[in-house]
Amino acid sequence: MTTASCTVTVDGRALDVRPGTLVAAAVELAAPGRGARVSPGGTRRQPLCGMGVCGECRVTVDGRPHRLGCQVTCMPGMEIRTDG
Amino acid sequence: MAEPDIDLRAQVVVVGAGPAGLAAAHAAAAAGLDVLLLDAAPQAGGQIWRARQGAAAAPVADALVRLAAAGARVLAGLRVTMVLPRRVLLVDGPQGARRIHWERLVLATGARERLLPLPGWTLPGVFGAGGLQALVKGGWPIRGKRVLVAGTGPLLLAAAATLRAEGAQLVGLAEEAGHASLARFAGTLARHPRKALQALRLGAALRGAPVLRGWRLEAIEGAACVERAVLVGEGGHRRALACDAVAAGWGLVPQTELAQALGCALVQRFGAAAIAVDAAQRSSVTGVFAAGECTGIAGVQAARLQGAIAGNAAATELGAAGVDASGLRTRLAREHAFAAAVAATFPMPRDWAARLRDDTLVCRCEDVPWSALRGQPDLRAAKLATRCGMGHCQGRLCHDTLAAVMHWSLLPQRAPLTPMPLATLLAALDDPPDTPTNEELPT
Repeated sequence: MTTASCTVTVDGRALDVRPGTLVAAAVELAAPGRGARVSPGGTRRQPLCGMGVCGECRVTVDGRPHRLGCQVTCMPGMEIRTDG
Repeated sequence: MAEPDIDLRAQVVVVGAGPAGLAAAHAAAAAGLDVLLLDAAPQAGGQIWRARQGAAAAPVADALVRLAAAGARVLAGLRVTMVLPRRVLLVDGPQGARRIHWERLVLATGARERLLPLPGWTLPGVFGAGGLQALVKGGWPIRGKRVLVAGTGPLLLAAAATLRAEGAQLVGLAEEAGHASLARFAGTLARHPRKALQALRLGAALRGAPVLRGWRLEAIEGAACVERAVLVGEGGHRRALACDAVAAGWGLVPQTELAQALGCALVQRFGAAAIAVDAAQRSSVTGVFAAGECTGIAGVQAARLQGAIAGNAAATELGAAGVDASGLRTRLAREHAFAAAVAATFPMPRDWAARLRDDTLVCRCEDVPWSALRGQPDLRAAKLATRCGMGHCQGRLCHDTLAAVMHWSLLPQRAPLTPMPLATLLAALDDPPDTPTNEELPT
């Protein structure tokens, strides 16, 4: 198994992750406990279902909004943005 | 004119690359048909054979090799968003929209966890049990975290075992089923040696973990994230457990949205609404088959058997020789007997409304509290008045709960099945090649 790492940015900050890491996991590794989405009522959320149903992991990936962080794998150079 | 590669065609299209979909695709391809297998996730395997940090589970790697040898195409990262006329599905993926043309369709859309609203369930650190298991396999950091696993069903054991193996500290495994029904279930297990062996393996993996039988999760508390969980025992006594994360699930529910959009009839099976199928896995709609958990929660072995039956039957309908599936059906009947016992032992909890408080958010997408919902006459009125179910999940989390708690009937499935970019929707309208031209139209 390869040990090469993969560098992405989360809200502009560079982060090395293991290949195969989910975007949702990269967001957590970049800012533990902070979450990706802000709900309409203004509370921060973390992913719930882990399988593409709940949408709590939504982020902008390479400029494409509303990607599901639990359904997208990190690729080298990927730019991930959370709700802020 | 559309981009040349927007249209993909296959004799047999299989939606869902879990155990059922992989088996269906293989059976159809082995019978000599042109097969296309789609999945929404970045890799094949489904929920149970999920890749761990990119490394495919062994059965998936084997299945993909066999599929490639049989000439089947596998496309991951594509979500079906709409059912179009004339046997076409509109799908959306990283490269944009595709129109998938099918002659026979096998639905292997699997199941999702039943995630129920509770006070505190929107706090960071609350996950589905299978949900956290999936995230951890994708690199979510769990080492050293104190985790409570709670809810009901065999999946809790598997989730707890994975979390522990990844370095989590299990502070408890709270199973709502009480001692009496678990004892009855142990009797059933004794008649299914293969399942008993699995249970023993999980038991060994969980040795020393505090297992709480007959305890239900009542609330999760914390200021900005999870700090503790409140459990209630069979006798009504309470205890609070300090923890950093809660992984909770109450069994599985079949994913039937695509089937409903196609017009397939549903039936109540093993405790939840599932796609109705006959002995050849045919749904009520001509040309559409279904296999695996979307036809009733019965586990991975049943899914593989049903997938093989469905792929074979679809191929036979298109003129392939096929194989005798009676042996598969005999084995399936045995799996279904076990599924019935699981459903009876680990049902959806009754009287869920008793766990809801006025300010409990039932709809997480739109932040709709229980107080705004419980006076509504039906689901349609609730949706119009509160936006409940109008967010990203399209009611997948809250509508089932409300239907059960309020005895409301579910709303018919509407397009799109999942949110999609406008460009994808436009692709559906963009000059489909089989649209009759003016000259061909009757005058």
